[in-house]
Amino acid sequence: MNDELLVRARGLRKEFGDFTAVDGIDVDVRRGEAFGFLGPNGAGKSSSMRMIGAVSPVSGGELRVFGLDPATDGASIRARLGVVPQTDNLDEELTVEENLRVYGRYFGLSGAVVAERARELLDFAQLTERATDRVEPLSGGMKRRLTIARSLINNPEALLLDEPTTGLDPQARHILWDRLFRLKRAGVTLIITTHYMDEAEQLCDRLVVMDKGRIVAEGSPRALIDEHSTREVLELRFDVDDHLGSAGDVDGIGQRVEVLPDRLLIYTDDGDVALDEVTARGVRPMSSLVRRSTLEDVFLHLTGRTLVD
Amino acid sequence: MGATMATRGPAPMTVGTRLRAVVAFYAVVYRRVWRGSVIGRFLNPLLVVLSIGFGLGSLVDHSSGGVGGHDYLHFVVPAIIATQAMSVALGESTYQVMGYIMWNKMYLAMLATPLSVTDVLAGHLLAVALHLVFASVLFVGVAACLGAFTSWWVILAVPAAVLTGLAFAIPIFGYTARLETDTGFNVLFRFVVTPLMLFSGTFFPVDQLSPFLRPIAWVTPLWHGVELCRDAAYGQVHGADLVHAGALLLFIGLGWVWARWSFTRRLVV
Ligand SMILES: Nc1ncnc2c1ncn2[C@@H]1O[C@H](COP(=O)(O)OP(=O)(O)OP(=O)(O)O)[C@@H](O)[C@H]1O
Ligand SMILES: [Mg+2]
Repeated sequence: MNDELLVRARGLRKEFGDFTAVDGIDVDVRRGEAFGFLGPNGAGKSSSMRMIGAVSPVSGGELRVFGLDPATDGASIRARLGVVPQTDNLDEELTVEENLRVYGRYFGLSGAVVAERARELLDFAQLTERATDRVEPLSGGMKRRLTIARSLINNPEALLLDEPTTGLDPQARHILWDRLFRLKRAGVTLIITTHYMDEAEQLCDRLVVMDKGRIVAEGSPRALIDEHSTREVLELRFDVDDHLGSAGDVDGIGQRVEVLPDRLLIYTDDGDVALDEVTARGVRPMSSLVRRSTLEDVFLHLTGRTLVD
Repeated sequence: MGATMATRGPAPMTVGTRLRAVVAFYAVVYRRVWRGSVIGRFLNPLLVVLSIGFGLGSLVDHSSGGVGGHDYLHFVVPAIIATQAMSVALGESTYQVMGYIMWNKMYLAMLATPLSVTDVLAGHLLAVALHLVFASVLFVGVAACLGAFTSWWVILAVPAAVLTGLAFAIPIFGYTARLETDTGFNVLFRFVVTPLMLFSGTFFPVDQLSPFLRPIAWVTPLWHGVELCRDAAYGQVHGADLVHAGALLLFIGLGWVWARWSFTRRLVV
């Protein structure tokens, strides 16, 4: 791993009028790593990404991208980045190929270079067969792949992906993840936002957990789970409307109990032992499940809320 | 280390490259619709000359012997070069611009690249100017074949029409970028465009207006455009035309400042 910092933020803030969307975050992204912003809706992930992408002015704190200041060197920064925004902004009336060619020109690439790159990228995005089709009727996954292909037209050093797979079906997500792994192997730095913990676990070497504009935890997915959760979780569902009433029944089992509206989560290093204890007390849940801890549990522990509601 | 990293990356693009890149996008968009557009641009002058020029014109000429010593056909068609430029400008600066801001967010896609707000705005306006040239040349050509003009100087009506179109398009770009919904366009069409057609001397000279209403004409770009196009078509270009051209340039200049401010406010948040 290279320790050259592609992004360095200190006390970075974004305000919209009186509202603070990003409330003083410190972020370091190194060249070649896959870095994630994990957080629920409204956490300030997109606002952070748009500042890093040098399209949204910084309201406070310090930000350097490639060592440059976005306020004065925005164009130079953008020339070296690829951007996949949260919602696709393709021209759906144009063809797949036209979208790529037009975009390449914005980076000052010649027609010949763009045509060559477009061919490679269509292949990479598995869209060669649709090259001359209009974008509009394509599936969500195809449009997303086209947006990613488009973001690569300038051979960027770093790719900003804002919720790359939100709204896609599982198969489309896996195709996309596969493409992103390839990019990472090719040395492209990935900066990803997501509110899916499985995506963060799959893709990110390191991530920050964001909530209400602040960073509440930072580290590799594994380290975060080790630090903020137990090895296993026992999930219990009871035949009741509100699980709060059932919490007393399992009090003292495991290291910690979290109450969600539809289930109880018992945090413990051995789920089966905990389940035996529950049964020994004569408590009869409708269903039970032992699983490994995930980033979702980390988030729940740190904020008292679930990531996706 | 920071210094070496900062100096990496491609060389900055020239203004010419940036504007050409933006215009290239509109060229691709236009390529998709050019057939319909060309047919429309041919039919439009044909219908105008036949219906208003010959039809209404024969009535006017019979009852009053034309306008100021000119056949009604020769009076009205040059003015319509300017009104057509206005309607092309409206078509390009209202729903289109709103779409690129709000619907498919094309401008934001451009701004994620090295392009600046100024490049995005100037490039789009350049594309509008090219469309205006194309539409005006076609109109003048077709109408000339039908005998609508008396002087070769009518060629000067083309730049006059382009200026007129831009004098509308640029401020309206600014207006559109301030809108949250397209209902704002109703206001524009109902309270600005429609009355303008009446107060601009297109269908009858502004001296026919009551003296109280005449100043309205003076502050509208359309009247200045109409006067310019008409003088060109009569082959009577004179000093007052400098004032008319100056008025249009003023709309263009102030419009540019407003449009740039408005685009920046809307797109850089
Ligand atoms: N242009 C804006 N004007 C005013 N408020 C904004 C603007 N953009 C974002 N916000 C607000 O800032 C907060 C953070 O928004 P942001 O889009 O950064 O969150 P996010 O983490 O990306 O959420 P999501 O998962 O929904 O995309 C939200 O409350 C949002 O409403
Ligand atoms: Mg977002």
